Amino acid sequence: MASTFDTVARIISSTSDVPIEKITPDSHVMKDLEVDSLAFLDVTFQIDQTFGIRLPVEEWLQNVKGGYDGDRYFVLRNLCRHIDDVAGAAAPT
Amino acid sequence: MRLEYFQMLDRVVELNVESCSLVASARVPETSSVFEGHFPGHPLMPGVLLLETMAQAAGYLLLALDGFSRMPFFANAKEANFRAFVTPGSDLTVHATRIHDGAGYAVVDAHIVCDGKRVADARLTMRNVPFPNAALQQHVRREGARLGFLKEAL
Repeated sequence: MASTFDTVARIISSTSDVPIEKITPDSHVMKDLEVDSLAFLDVTFQIDQTFGIRLPVEEWLQNVKGGYDGDRYFVLRNLCRHIDDVAGAAAPT
Repeated sequence: MRLEYFQMLDRVVELNVESCSLVASARVPETSSVFEGHFPGHPLMPGVLLLETMAQAAGYLLLALDGFSRMPFFANAKEANFRAFVTPGSDLTVHATRIHDGAGYAVVDAHIVCDGKRVADARLTMRNVPFPNAALQQHVRREGARLGFLKEAL
């Protein structure tokens, strides 16, 4: 079974034309991979569909506007951790 | 339809909150300055305006589902197809179905039928944001009333 990182890397690569080898757990989706806000909507849609979740990206963007460090959401290893958390919370017990 | 005012829909004929879908009617005008250029001697509804028609159906669907609390802005179209010519005077039926309700955005599949035949379709991404001002919110609510479904939505 593919790891969350592998799955998200494939999504970013296919939706945003980023070479897969360029994507690492330390990549910042916007700053390093140059995924713009519109393309990130595509990425989010694919993540939502693939993992069966509703990633709270609107809240994250508000937090970043409010002064939070965007790295906590948009660096891949952190993004994947959030996905696992949301997917875990959504999974039937 | 009033093409020059980007008023693409005439009436919402069905709103289904459970299936997150909407059907609207739209009649392409017999005459419009748009047809003077598109095309001389062969007037056709521009594909970009068919896309706008689908986007407006998607937008009003989301407005209805959210109780007119947030403004959907057209952000992206994927797999837009224009399958047949649409001529002045055509009666169109516009379908929109929300297939995903994301945080701050939604994805809607839309298509247009004319004379029983699908003439256009697309997958649309709409960004859902708080209304930027009261004037726009009032305008959109007035349009919802004109389209005949605001009461039902609320």
